[in-house]
Amino acid sequence: MRGWPLIKLLPSKTNLQFVKYARPAGILSVLLCVASIVACFYPGLNMGIDFRGGASMELTRADSQVLDLERVRGAVGELGLGDVQVQGIDDPSSAILRFQVPDDEPQSAVVQRVENAITASVGEVTYSGVSVVGSKVSGELFRSGLFALGAAIVLMFAYIWFRFEPQFGFGAIAGLAHDVILVFGLIVLFKLEFSLNMVAAILTVIGYSMNDTVVVFDRLRENLRKYKTMPLREVIDLSINETLSRTIITGLTAVMVLAALAFFGGEALFGFSIALMAGIIIGTYSSIYVGAPIILLWGVKRGSLDEPKPVKLGMASRP
Amino acid sequence: MIHLSRWKVILLALSLLFGLAFAYPNMLTPAQRDALPGWVPSSGLNLGLDLQGGSYLLLEVDVPAMREKRLANMVEDARMVLGEANIGITGVVRNDQGVVVTLTNPAQMDAALTAMRTLIGGNPNAVADRTVQRQGNDRIAYAFTDAAMNSMAADAVSQSIEVVRRRLDSTGTKEISITRQGADRIVVQAPGESDPAELERLVGQTAQLTFQMVDTENSLAEAAAGAVPPDSELLPAAEPGGPAAYLVKRRILVSGENLTKAEVGSDQNRQVAIDFRFDAQGSRRFGEATAANVGKPFAIILDGQVISAPTIISPITGGTGQITGNYTIESASLFVNLLNGGALPAPLVVEERRTVTAELGADAVAKGGLSTLIGFIIIVVFMIGAYGLLFGGISVVGLLLNGLLIIAAMSLVGATLTLPGIAGLVLTFAVAVDANVLIYERMRDEARSGRSVIASLDAGFNKAMGTIIDANLTTLVAALIMFIFGAGPVRGFAWTLTIGVFTSMLSAVLVSQVALAWWLKVAKPKKLPIAE
Repeated sequence: MRGWPLIKLLPSKTNLQFVKYARPAGILSVLLCVASIVACFYPGLNMGIDFRGGASMELTRADSQVLDLERVRGAVGELGLGDVQVQGIDDPSSAILRFQVPDDEPQSAVVQRVENAITASVGEVTYSGVSVVGSKVSGELFRSGLFALGAAIVLMFAYIWFRFEPQFGFGAIAGLAHDVILVFGLIVLFKLEFSLNMVAAILTVIGYSMNDTVVVFDRLRENLRKYKTMPLREVIDLSINETLSRTIITGLTAVMVLAALAFFGGEALFGFSIALMAGIIIGTYSSIYVGAPIILLWGVKRGSLDEPKPVKLGMASRP
Repeated sequence: MIHLSRWKVILLALSLLFGLAFAYPNMLTPAQRDALPGWVPSSGLNLGLDLQGGSYLLLEVDVPAMREKRLANMVEDARMVLGEANIGITGVVRNDQGVVVTLTNPAQMDAALTAMRTLIGGNPNAVADRTVQRQGNDRIAYAFTDAAMNSMAADAVSQSIEVVRRRLDSTGTKEISITRQGADRIVVQAPGESDPAELERLVGQTAQLTFQMVDTENSLAEAAAGAVPPDSELLPAAEPGGPAAYLVKRRILVSGENLTKAEVGSDQNRQVAIDFRFDAQGSRRFGEATAANVGKPFAIILDGQVISAPTIISPITGGTGQITGNYTIESASLFVNLLNGGALPAPLVVEERRTVTAELGADAVAKGGLSTLIGFIIIVVFMIGAYGLLFGGISVVGLLLNGLLIIAAMSLVGATLTLPGIAGLVLTFAVAVDANVLIYERMRDEARSGRSVIASLDAGFNKAMGTIIDANLTTLVAALIMFIFGAGPVRGFAWTLTIGVFTSMLSAVLVSQVALAWWLKVAKPKKLPIAE
């Protein structure tokens, strides 16, 4: 093989002291998590019709002229259906319209009224996608969505507990909770619509974040067996450094691919891809700065019997 | 030890064959697929409604309304049979499971029991779903059995599914899927159907057709003012133009259940009309009723609205009849379809509906395809850039095999590809190269710590394997949860993610093992090109 000019993202051997910055990073993480939780209630998540109930329609003017969003908003607003949102998309003759559907009126009747009002106001339009979700179903979807997220976190915890030590489980679960909370925060920040697809995105983030954490933990466990006397914080630093190249390459591949999805995948995949991308970046950060330092905090029982006491954080673990 | 093991090569060849065989039908048109012999795999990818265009309806069977109606009917039935037998009653009390009638004269108990039992003795072969029991001296309980009450909701859903299927797909040729969801819901998925209003018209009516006599003995005006006689009811007219409402006898002469066939016809004035035919029982009952009421009007009632009230000119004994009104061919066809499909046991309420037009679906396919392609190119460039032509190239070959296997596996199990599913596919590519990255990084580490090429390749595979399995299992857990809790598109995403985990483990690991073993054998390298 002739020497192919390989892209060098990192020097072949890094020796970064991650643990040294664990405290400020931890404080930052906690602050961001608190801010995200607050943001979920105030201003609150932008709930899609999947979870809030109501209707969403994509409409296009039949004559391909520019669609006057304000007139659509006005016409539908006059029907007294509560919160009406009209959002323009790439095509100026199209828009996405969202409105609430009263419980006491049949869905089809409400949709008919809205369609009539729009036709009267801006002329002939065609509808390419119409979704209507009743309040009963949306409530169920929301509950099952939250339940799914909870179940995923619990199952991951059980898995790590089973495959590693309990301390690893706590570290992994803290990282996972951190990732999920921050993704929620970013969804609020970017005003992305929280829908069923978003739940799928967050579940994927959970899977990826675990994946990332497992790779670091796997190396950590291996190194703990290999270097029995090395202080825990150094073992952690070593393990993160050893896996850093893989972490960056895989993370970068995923982010680039998701960026392609976000830019070329159209309206429907945009929010979904952005949330996934954010989740993967956060997940990469957390497997370095949340998962591993928590193990340090908790200490870990080193495999052999000659060291029965858990190694503690700080001076106690120094020789 | 890393060597070119025969079974790995065979496994690789088999998976390539499998991939080609099952992914191949996707290249064919539906007609070509149908022409394939039976043993050749011919099922293609199942596109979700969001990619194909179509309508999705989630319907809830209104079981409480049905129960309410059945109990109300029991009250009517009890009144009717006792009235015909000239047995006086002081009251009919409804409870949760049926009715209790109190006789004026306890001496008529036996006669009353006999009369009431005719209500449940209709079909000797069927297990009775109702019972008639004496309670004390003067009371009779007429009630549904516990079993009937318990299965009422489930039966109503099964019956509704049958009726909906007959109505939506009377020819049996459309690809409409109608499935039960949960205790009392029905999911209708109609690919290619982008007018849910049409679907809703077809499922939104219970289509309960009855023939009842018009009450000519009492005044309509008085009834409209509130004085409705106990054995009559005030029903609105379906069509404007005539009277706004009719006072009709509660007793049902014949109902839609006795209908064998309805079709669009025309009356003597060449107006569109609906011709119908009764079965033997219906013919007899209708004949008797019309013979006894010549000169009087009867009402044809659909879902509580009087659609017409013709006067009986002569007894109708042939078992055929005609409904006239202001019908167009379209409205008559809809009506005929409803009548032939049978009545729904309970009203269906639309809880959720989603429609995507075929154009929007095609647009999503195009955008999804484009982003998949771009994502793939990014990975190819990046992997070759990071690991060189040989190692990067191997991972790209693995990726191609992976894509092929995913399409093949999804075609085989009939999994549905949705728009989020395409995103899952793209993400799977990124995660699939992770296996290669883990292996290569491990090899680099080993080579840097001074091991020979063979030893570092070997250690790379062995040590990375546990991590790869661990990492992929976590993705599987996440996908499993999406399966259990997710609906529609989310499940589609879970499908691609799950299948992708298995195929990527197979392709990434197997392809690089075989390719690198072969490279070792042929090139006999002195050092690892990725360990600069």
